[in-house]
Amino acid sequence: MKEFEFQSATTVDEAVSLLAAKGDQARVLTGGTDLIVQLREGLRSADLVVDVKKIPELMTMSFSPEQGLRLGAAVPCHRIYGDKDVAVAYPGLADAARIIGGWQIQSRASVGGNLCNSSPAADSIPPLVVHDAVCHLAGPGGRRTVKASEFCTAPGKNVLQRGELLVSLEFPPPAEHASSAYMRFIPRNEMDIAVVGAASWVQLTAAGDTIEKASIALAAVAPTPLAATEASSFLAGKPATSETFAKAGELASQVARPISDKRGTSEYRKHLAGVLTQRTLAIAVERARG
Amino acid sequence: MAQAESHPRKYKVIGTRPVRHDGADKVTGRAIYGADLRLNGMVHGKILRSPHAHAVIKSIDTSAAAKLPGVVAVTTSADFPDLQDKIADLGEGAVNLAHLGANVLAHGKALYKGHAVAAVAATSPHVAQEALSLIKVEYEPLPAVTWVLDAMKDDAPLLHDDVYTKSMGKKADKPSNIAAHIHFEKGDVEDAFAGSDLVVEREFKTASVHQGYIEPHVSTALWNQDGHLTIWTSTQGSFTARQQTAELLQVPISQVTVVPCEIGGGFGGKIAVYLEPVAAMLSRKCGRPVKMVMSRDEVFEATGPTPGSSMRVKIGATKDGKLTAGEAWLAYDAGAFPGGVIGPGCMCVFSCYEFPAARVDGYDVLDNKPKTQAYRAPGATQAAFACESVIDELAEKLGIDPIEFRLKNAAKEGTRRVDGPVYPRVGFIETLEAAKASDHWKSPLEGKNRGRGIASGYWFNIGLKSSAAANVNPDGTVSLLEGSTDIGGTRTSVAMQLAETLGITAEAVHPKVVDTDSVGYTDVTGGSRVTFATGLAAYEVGRDILRQMCERAAILWECDAAEVESVDGEFKTKDKRMTFAELAGKLSQTGGPVVGRATVNPEGPTNGFGTHIVDVEVDPDTAKVTVLRYTAIQDAGKAIHPSYVEGQMQGGAVQGIGWALNEEYVFDGEGRMANASYLDYRMPTALDVPHIDTIIVEVPNPAHPYGVRGVGETPIVPPPAAMAVAVYHATGVRMQELPMSPPKLWAAMQK
Repeated sequence: MKEFEFQSATTVDEAVSLLAAKGDQARVLTGGTDLIVQLREGLRSADLVVDVKKIPELMTMSFSPEQGLRLGAAVPCHRIYGDKDVAVAYPGLADAARIIGGWQIQSRASVGGNLCNSSPAADSIPPLVVHDAVCHLAGPGGRRTVKASEFCTAPGKNVLQRGELLVSLEFPPPAEHASSAYMRFIPRNEMDIAVVGAASWVQLTAAGDTIEKASIALAAVAPTPLAATEASSFLAGKPATSETFAKAGELASQVARPISDKRGTSEYRKHLAGVLTQRTLAIAVERARG
Repeated sequence: MAQAESHPRKYKVIGTRPVRHDGADKVTGRAIYGADLRLNGMVHGKILRSPHAHAVIKSIDTSAAAKLPGVVAVTTSADFPDLQDKIADLGEGAVNLAHLGANVLAHGKALYKGHAVAAVAATSPHVAQEALSLIKVEYEPLPAVTWVLDAMKDDAPLLHDDVYTKSMGKKADKPSNIAAHIHFEKGDVEDAFAGSDLVVEREFKTASVHQGYIEPHVSTALWNQDGHLTIWTSTQGSFTARQQTAELLQVPISQVTVVPCEIGGGFGGKIAVYLEPVAAMLSRKCGRPVKMVMSRDEVFEATGPTPGSSMRVKIGATKDGKLTAGEAWLAYDAGAFPGGVIGPGCMCVFSCYEFPAARVDGYDVLDNKPKTQAYRAPGATQAAFACESVIDELAEKLGIDPIEFRLKNAAKEGTRRVDGPVYPRVGFIETLEAAKASDHWKSPLEGKNRGRGIASGYWFNIGLKSSAAANVNPDGTVSLLEGSTDIGGTRTSVAMQLAETLGITAEAVHPKVVDTDSVGYTDVTGGSRVTFATGLAAYEVGRDILRQMCERAAILWECDAAEVESVDGEFKTKDKRMTFAELAGKLSQTGGPVVGRATVNPEGPTNGFGTHIVDVEVDPDTAKVTVLRYTAIQDAGKAIHPSYVEGQMQGGAVQGIGWALNEEYVFDGEGRMANASYLDYRMPTALDVPHIDTIIVEVPNPAHPYGVRGVGETPIVPPPAAMAVAVYHATGVRMQELPMSPPKLWAAMQK
């Protein structure tokens, strides 16, 4: 590994000025579970690594049923599924947090870091998309917000500008009769990157038999995490049955445009996008019914 | 345990399960592995590797790297002796030293991605790494080939212009990627096929897979001012590491000492040298100890996987289920240099059955992959996948139970293998009977998308040379020195044989694997030979000690040594007796210490057979295979330490399951490995396999005093075939390609 300078920022402003000074040779460290590996393997280089875990705002997780969730960008995964209220309010997010690496990784890795690493296969991004999360960014020019669904621009690339830092993610309050689920397909039962991932969010009518609103997002089927908007809009007003889920699966499969690589073929991934859409819809509906 | 003998011998130590001698060190983290070694003044070496799968190396400029502060030595193949046309006998057969040397550091051409090109030693691994980036190599990339059938084509990129196909003792007239053609034949094959009621012929392919030992290769070398070279390394054979290194450096063998460190897995992949000669050369240049540790991607890209293969197997049978003829065509890749594992593949393909007539053709094929090396029963697993799949299909088409079908045709004492040898007493039939009687086979498999498979497998148990010595301590214990590095628990299984011979407890023997200066020559730990051959050496050591101890007792008792008997740890005459420990305490009064020693080179290899049963469930939507239940059955001859035997059976089964399901080298369009990490080279984790049940069958090996047959390798042979049969019963698809990964199985299920 090449030598780099290490700084530990304690305020957002300090982090921003450190990052702005070095530009693309500065890297933000939260859990480091991607960054350190990439630096070691020469996939990324850095002259400066800025640890942001000492910035209180980035380590805060606050939730209320009225206000929703504010998730600091450096909060490690275990705190998400370890908080019963958060796990119940955003089950798709908790599903993802539970399967990102093993316990050691989950005690370090953050959803904010997962988002900023911007892998098309990231487990936590589809849940952010279906939960309508908003990213709060701070930069040399001040603060701004970006929808999570618009954050990633290409594999490993995102909307962050020089000196910009992801501070937190904001989730709307949980809706009534609504729930979500995330699943990924991996050939083994652990230690794998998603071949395909899918998150589904549904809101049912009070009777629980009809879908009012839905949102589906996919991982590892395009250069960025992908919102399956056709499938989502199709579901509105449809009965919550396996036939409906199958049709939504077909629609989701159609928007997938995966590549063939060491993790799977394009045809297989398209097929899996449909399978996982169906399966996550079924779970989300089951959960929404309570 | 099934017992074949009607009057089994009674043992006191053999067959028990004492705590392993190396257990405390390992569970407390105190065992010294190669990476734990730290010497005064030690520096760190790193290797620059080719980014191309096939390229001419036009020039290497190391001047900038040498100038980097902290760099103490730089080397390339130019520093090594010219080894053109030198052949060395390394115990397991002749090796072309030019090829061995060119694998260690490329000569003129890079033949696979990851091929070592230059090396640097520096005061820290990070400086060494940085120095590598300052080495300028000018490459002229060439077309690469990574699939064995492509490499065999006339217009394939040629790896070596000095390799000519060797076939039946003849050399071809032009260079070829086909390094060798092997042919075995017995009986009139055409006639036998013509007389068959049913013939099944299928084609198979398998991907390259790696042994996947958890410990990366690591070596430290110190070339001392007196010219003596000491190498601390992780190896399956300290003597072969010594010889290879001495040959490559062209120094006398006595100038090299190899100290084997604790080894974190080998499975055949830690026999050839990689780092040892390079660390030695760097040390010679800088005068300091040089430590080199591979990273995981280097292990995948630059050490030896087992071959990818293309195979065709044709078998005929009569309608009442007797095999008539077999024909196999096997092409295995050798990787970048000749000498893959096609030989044993050809010997093993039909080794489980009595074939009246059979023919095997095998090809050793060069391609742009790392040089293949042994991997647990090298060459047999691929061949068994092909043969056993056809056997199962024949049984199904004939309407005969697969165990009954095997029983009708099972190899037994007197069966002549297609390559010539005639079996002594073997235990294949007994494994089949044990399978038939097992709870697993007798329990019906219920549920949708589920299937059960069964397959058998065979592997040798080679002899080769082993030495051992033991000192009797005054407290009645015995220190055992051996040269077999311990990759599978052999310290304990060898010590137990000495304990049994001496009539003392397993705990009273203290085994130690020592360096090449401290014990007689010992061949590699491989070929399932150590518990058999080094165990035989320990038995001979025990007899040597007992003979000397009887003489000492005779001195004490003032009688003739012939009157002293040793029975069950006691020495006695008609009216006197003394325990082993009592006599050990009196040795100084009878002439001094007793040292036993032995060196053996047993003839007549024996054989191990196994039969595995597996239940799987296949997700009909994703084609993901879940292993529900697994039973491995094997003839161990005599299980010295049954827990270790079970461990070998379980470990082999798990590796075979990985080979069957997800493990494979994936190459990109330019022939470069795309998945050189444990993330994407998918070995099974603890969550991916069930408990592996084991049934040890004991048909004693007539060629060993305790009946031992080697057990380490056979258990990897049946799993892929058994898994494929189980998948067939779950899905209706007969997979003829490994791995049966979800994308491939799903695609097959769509047809």
